[in-house]
Amino acid sequence: MRVAELVTAIVLALLSVYLMWKSGEGPSWDPTIARFDNIGFDETGAPGSGFWPFWLSLVMFFSSIWVMVNWWKRTSPPSQSDQPYMDGYSWKMMLLVGGGLFAFLGLIEWLGFYAGIFLFLVYYLRFLGRHTWRRTLLIAVLTPVFCFFFFDVAMRIVLPKGITEPLFLPLYDIFL
Amino acid sequence: MEVIPSLVDGIFQALMPINLGLCVVGVVVGLFVGAMPGLGSVNGVAILLPFTFVIQDLTGSATSPMIFLAAIYYGAMYGGAISSITLGIPGASTAVATTFDGRPLALQGKAELALVTAAIASFIGATVANVFFTAFAPPLASVALKFGNPEIFALMLLAFSTFIGLGGDDIPKTIISIALGLVLATVGFDIITGEPRLQFGDPLDLFPATADWIDTTGFSHGIRFLVLAIGVYGIGEMIWTINSTRGEVTMTEANVNFRSVMSAIKKFPQAWKGTTIGSFLGFFVGILPAAGATPGSLMSYGVTKMVSKDKDSYGKGNVNGVAAPEAANNSASTGAMLPMMTLGIPGSPTTAVLLAGMVIWGLQPGPLLFSEQPDFVWPLIGSFYVSNLVAVLVNLAFIPIFLWMLRMPFTILAPMIFVLSVIGTYAAYQNMFDVWLMLIFGIGAYLLRILDYPLAPAVLAIVLGPIAEPTMRQSLLLSDGSFAIFFNRPIAGPITVIAIILLFLPLAKVIWDKTRGKTSVA
Amino acid sequence: MSYRKAIVATVAGLALGAVGVAQAWEPTKPVDFVIMAGKGGGADKMARLMQSIVEKEDLANRPLVPTNKSGGSGAEALVHMKSASDPDHTIMVTLNSFFTTPLRQPGLDVDIMQFAPVGRMAEDTFLLWVHKNEGINNFEEFLAEAEKRGSGWVMGGTGKNSEDNIITDHLNDAYGLSIKYIPYKGGGAVAKDLAGEQIDSSVNNPSEALGFYESGDVIPLVAFTDERLPMFPDVPTLKETGSDFSYFMQRSVVGAPGMSDEALEYYTGLFSKVYESGDWQEYKSSKSLMGDFMAGSDLTGYWDTQRSRHETILKASGAIK
Repeated sequence: MRVAELVTAIVLALLSVYLMWKSGEGPSWDPTIARFDNIGFDETGAPGSGFWPFWLSLVMFFSSIWVMVNWWKRTSPPSQSDQPYMDGYSWKMMLLVGGGLFAFLGLIEWLGFYAGIFLFLVYYLRFLGRHTWRRTLLIAVLTPVFCFFFFDVAMRIVLPKGITEPLFLPLYDIFL
Repeated sequence: MEVIPSLVDGIFQALMPINLGLCVVGVVVGLFVGAMPGLGSVNGVAILLPFTFVIQDLTGSATSPMIFLAAIYYGAMYGGAISSITLGIPGASTAVATTFDGRPLALQGKAELALVTAAIASFIGATVANVFFTAFAPPLASVALKFGNPEIFALMLLAFSTFIGLGGDDIPKTIISIALGLVLATVGFDIITGEPRLQFGDPLDLFPATADWIDTTGFSHGIRFLVLAIGVYGIGEMIWTINSTRGEVTMTEANVNFRSVMSAIKKFPQAWKGTTIGSFLGFFVGILPAAGATPGSLMSYGVTKMVSKDKDSYGKGNVNGVAAPEAANNSASTGAMLPMMTLGIPGSPTTAVLLAGMVIWGLQPGPLLFSEQPDFVWPLIGSFYVSNLVAVLVNLAFIPIFLWMLRMPFTILAPMIFVLSVIGTYAAYQNMFDVWLMLIFGIGAYLLRILDYPLAPAVLAIVLGPIAEPTMRQSLLLSDGSFAIFFNRPIAGPITVIAIILLFLPLAKVIWDKTRGKTSVA
Repeated sequence: MSYRKAIVATVAGLALGAVGVAQAWEPTKPVDFVIMAGKGGGADKMARLMQSIVEKEDLANRPLVPTNKSGGSGAEALVHMKSASDPDHTIMVTLNSFFTTPLRQPGLDVDIMQFAPVGRMAEDTFLLWVHKNEGINNFEEFLAEAEKRGSGWVMGGTGKNSEDNIITDHLNDAYGLSIKYIPYKGGGAVAKDLAGEQIDSSVNNPSEALGFYESGDVIPLVAFTDERLPMFPDVPTLKETGSDFSYFMQRSVVGAPGMSDEALEYYTGLFSKVYESGDWQEYKSSKSLMGDFMAGSDLTGYWDTQRSRHETILKASGAIK
């Protein structure tokens, strides 16, 4: 955890430097305006568009340094802890759950929400949760059906269907 | 003033079968929409707006559709607390503060206590607000007009200062969290200069090769509150819970029956302090245009914690920590109706849609509404009282159902929460970009969570930032860059001074403790 | 694809009970109805009114599903339209940022002439408003007072380089004033700050300022139209005071680039019915909107004129090169 504390602080410091650099960006239609022209007060006396994000990023940068100092002095709890940042179990779950979620969103882009929800629930309930097939399928089928009626039909929020769209046309005909 | 007879007459009108029916339906719809993470009152109201046209045709008056929408609004405000407490995900920005203590209570197996407290506090908050509304609507409207940009900015500063203690013990990490939230709040488009800014991945970026990979116009609407909040609470916190408990989350079996709900009701007086602060503070912040219910509920939580003798119990399941934001957000949402009706100014996105509705029904909200349209105004105000009563009863009746959700095995509850988080984010903005961003924030939040970075301040910052930044810059435009504008105006001045004192109080305390510590050592 | 066509045919057959072969195009799924502005603004109110009329009069066989895409002064909406996967089911309510945003953000690579001209529903009007406590009764007094106060005279408006900004710039140029312009997020906030005397004047649309006008808090001084507005017969136009300038806000519905002709015809028909409905006409007259229904090549011609006009204006003010 000691290493992770330092690495995170460095990453955050780099992030704040990037944000400062990005805040100073001028408008795209006029390349003659120099970077960091917009972080101070302009001729009318009002702060420019980069004022707020730039100085706050700077504050964030110094706070990251402060975290590093605390790490060096070992005053913050994570910098004293000998426990691993994430142990084997955590890594495994993080990958299975986090990876599953990324795959879930990928499936949504491709197959649409309803097929995506079905597959994600089957994956999670059956393979992570070790529920019976009966229970898995019951939940994995009922959830998308309920969602269709709640969102598409009742709330008129049309969730994307991806390539499964043609299958839904008859349903629109009946319910919308 | 013939307020009382008008009000009584209005309440009777609201109790007519058709109006009462609309109230009940509206409250139930609102409760469920509000309880769904990602959907809030604004969705419920916007989606059912066309339907109200039909109601108007049926009843021939603009009152019934408005009663219906107001009932949805009320129901959703009650519903917001439900997902905050049972799932730990704030369904709307107004319910963020409710998670701070509501979630710990649920994890301790006292979910029914949290839900009952939320319901009753909401009821009291809304009732207090209704009384104020009825008695003082027109004069309060003129107070709201006195709040220009410098005043709103001062108010935001005050909201931050009441929250400074929220982060926990590690000062630099709290500051990082706040600053990151405030910077993320500026992503997108700067209304003052009309320029895009911080739109990551455009051609001027560090890695031009990646420009075509993703459609970064998703950043043009900014990073919205729910994207961060659902990421942090729906994904990050869930993964953290799975890992810290080794997947064996056991909720103490909540004994749900009539008796346990009754006993929770009997315990409500413990939360009187939070309820009182929330009811009053919420209303007064709510009536200010642009502020809406969120700052009101955040400030009420902060103030309640600040005046409490037992500050450490907050964030660990103090009922006052549930009562304050809930009383406040209901009180503030009634308050937000005030500038909408008397000035034609929406104080929140939901009232903006209600305002659009009133225009569609042929009404002109504005200073003359009360005197020229009493047939509309009084039954509507009467319906506030009726809907509020209906809402608290419906809410209490549904509590066992919500608790049943908590008793699901965690391996079912967790994927359901993930699915709800994903659908909720999509439904809120109808945009897959935001859903991906939500997931990335969620993973990032988990990684920071392990190292004790407090994330609530970032979530609050992204709510308040978009109000604070433009009002600060508009004020400075007005004053030609002089910060004196925040001090020399009659309303902004005192608020700014109080805010600054509150901001530096904790710092002063730290220095004081240190110097005293040193002298005692020496 | 043939499956899809078969369904469409069945749907049409069932719905109309028709025997004929050639069926007019109709949407087969909910229509993505994009609003180029945030919730609660003028464009949003109008879009939701149109949607309500469609629902109430049962004009369409599939619902219009409104989605607000206000990001980047309409940039988000324009890009969404440009990359719409199904242009036949994607339409948008636009305002003048339809002209200015592609000019201001060339990186978007949006050509508005490729959008399908469904119909112009109205043109919104602008008036100059001041608070009654200023003691200003006409445009001449306004000029005198604004000149006296110089940059101490504050105009509030919606957004930078927007409609309100363009009008303010014109006043400054044509009358040698140095009014200070403060951008706000929406017209409602501007109207409120004028009524609360936080700012000195505004160029709100009538729909935004009407409440405070009727209560007597704010006074219109001049209209930026070609002729006097029926609702404010005593308010002169800017042209009468000697400056050849008028300015309107378009309220149009456009289809995504690549929309088929059949679909365009369908939507034009749909929105002309909305335009002719009693509710729309009543709204139009009560909010002092102008402009007749316009579609097809008339509308693209109108866009072309408007675009070059905005280009000239923005170049003159230095907002683009």
